[in-house]
Amino acid sequence: MGETVLEKLVCETTLEIKNAEGLHMRPAMQFIDLASQFDCKITVSNADRVADGKSIMQVSMLEATCGTRLQVRAEGPDADRALEALRELVEVRMFGEPPP
Amino acid sequence: MEIKKGIAVSPGVAIGKSLIVDSEDYRIPRREIEPSQRVEEIQRVRNAFHEATEELDALERGQDEATGGRIKDIFAVHLRFLRDRSLRRRITDMVHTQSVTAEYAVSTVLREIAAHFETNVKDTYISERAADIYDIERRLLRRLLGTKREDILHLREEVIVVARQLSPTQTAGFNRDYVKGIASDAGGRTSHAAIVARSLGIPAVVALEDLTEIVRGGDRVIIDGNRGIVIVNPDQETIRQYEVYSREFLALEHKLDSLREKPATTRDGVRISLLGNIEFPDEAHLVLEKGGEGVGLYRTEFLYLNRTTEPVEQEQYEAYAEVARVFKNKPVVIRTLDLGADKYTQSRRLAPEPNPFLGLRSIRFCLQNLSMFKTQLRAILRASVLGQIKIMFPLITSVQELMQARMIVHDVMEDLDEENIHYNRNIELGAMIETPSAALTASTLARDVDFFSIGTNDLTQYTLAVDRGNELVSPLYSAADPAVLRLIRMIIQDANKARIDVSVCGETASEPEYVMLLLGMGIRTLSLTPPMVPEIKQVIRSVTIEDCNHLTRTVLGMNSERQISGYLRATARKILPEAF
Repeated sequence: MGETVLEKLVCETTLEIKNAEGLHMRPAMQFIDLASQFDCKITVSNADRVADGKSIMQVSMLEATCGTRLQVRAEGPDADRALEALRELVEVRMFGEPPP
Repeated sequence: MEIKKGIAVSPGVAIGKSLIVDSEDYRIPRREIEPSQRVEEIQRVRNAFHEATEELDALERGQDEATGGRIKDIFAVHLRFLRDRSLRRRITDMVHTQSVTAEYAVSTVLREIAAHFETNVKDTYISERAADIYDIERRLLRRLLGTKREDILHLREEVIVVARQLSPTQTAGFNRDYVKGIASDAGGRTSHAAIVARSLGIPAVVALEDLTEIVRGGDRVIIDGNRGIVIVNPDQETIRQYEVYSREFLALEHKLDSLREKPATTRDGVRISLLGNIEFPDEAHLVLEKGGEGVGLYRTEFLYLNRTTEPVEQEQYEAYAEVARVFKNKPVVIRTLDLGADKYTQSRRLAPEPNPFLGLRSIRFCLQNLSMFKTQLRAILRASVLGQIKIMFPLITSVQELMQARMIVHDVMEDLDEENIHYNRNIELGAMIETPSAALTASTLARDVDFFSIGTNDLTQYTLAVDRGNELVSPLYSAADPAVLRLIRMIIQDANKARIDVSVCGETASEPEYVMLLLGMGIRTLSLTPPMVPEIKQVIRSVTIEDCNHLTRTVLGMNSERQISGYLRATARKILPEAF
């Protein structure tokens, strides 16, 4: 029973967009590609707009520009690893793009 | 099965799969489907996504990492969209809940997304994102609407072209081996595309209003260019009937072709001269093939269209010489440049003309662009030694214009004399009578020319004040209107009094129902679209001038267009029942 509870692991965090050009098409592609590598369900929200973290249509429509703080919620066995990887992409590597 | 009625503009029957042309600039109209069709429609959405994904995959792989990295990224993004289940679901949900076509749902959903990027997102990538979405939309629509648009020039299978509107250039570029029929929402009997379709011998129906909203790419379509009907997704019985009808029609054409060597003589022995109207030099052979005895109207606009620089004299000379050589001692009437509301003349203006049909077009344009006009006249005169070339001036509205045009011909002749260049000094000069003012002053104009040619298309348009290309008013356009007929009779009478030749080169010359009337009014030369020559010859060979005179007296006593056109049709049906 305890293991089943662990599989339903839910994690939440806030990620700040730090690259100058924001979450445009190419970063959105990197985001969903990374998110899709995990089994957990990932939702990303910007204020009241919520997106499936594995859908490029929805992620690119979040209107996230430099400085936007995204609420990311992961639900599933590898939720914590998924959030860690996404934080590395968004805040540390900044999608391989320059800061402002 | 759905039956649409339009205007028959080019005879013949074609059955085939539709190819929708010009979808790229065109908003997909909303079209509802039966709830039972939704499953099939959703499958079409899935197939389109699947095929577009494969196409893009190949494109992405083909891009070199080093040079095409940026393009590769763009394709990669598009691929993510095509693989995005939530996007596809949004589209299939729309098909399901609103019972609309795959095309409409794809276009609507993707344009909603594009609009979101255009209006909401405030960063430098806004327009780029919207453009990406439009590109994805087009890629999907190309799958849904049939073959790729660019493939119209590289067709490998027979198609029926369906379009909102076709430009003459598009129509002229069609490969006759593969384009078996043409149907368009817009256009009239005398629209340029219709004229080109007729000269290429492709069955065509126009003015179908909303056909593009009904047909999907790949749908089976029947074009009945004799009755002006288009049938979408016909049932088996209808297809069978049309296959029979099509064979009968071909048999009739074949029978008519056997008339080629026979003269166009009425039963009481009056010889009528049948000439061809041509647009391009290579149509000269078509005229001969169909039994035409010369060219009564050689349009020269093709030399100037689709370009911004003027064609040089030698290029024009070759185009005229080619036709003159084909016909040798038979007449070839070259009409001088008749351009108006088109790119060539409009690009030479600072502002577009508010009313180009009443503006600087045709002979007016030539008289204001003398060096261009002289170049054309020089080329025609040089070619005149090769055959029986005649010069015809279009859109004459007054005797001054005619005198001016004649004077310029003489100027050019003097130049040629000085340079010792040969030309036919006695070349015949004629005027197209296609405005009410020219018709009303025909007796004056007749003194300054060797022949008249009645342009019934423009004469009808200017007399009745109806734009023949505007489907809202095109039903009002009819050469059978008493006003038009009275002008035609007046022109013929004045030409006869002045003892000059008079012929008809407008569309009426190729319409069987008008032929008896024109003969009855005194016409002995008709110039028409080459494919119609055999049929018109058949009509002529079936009547006597006495019949024609009788019909003309009856018609000229009638007061309404409706009465006249009904009477003309009924009479023609008796003469040539197979063609109606």
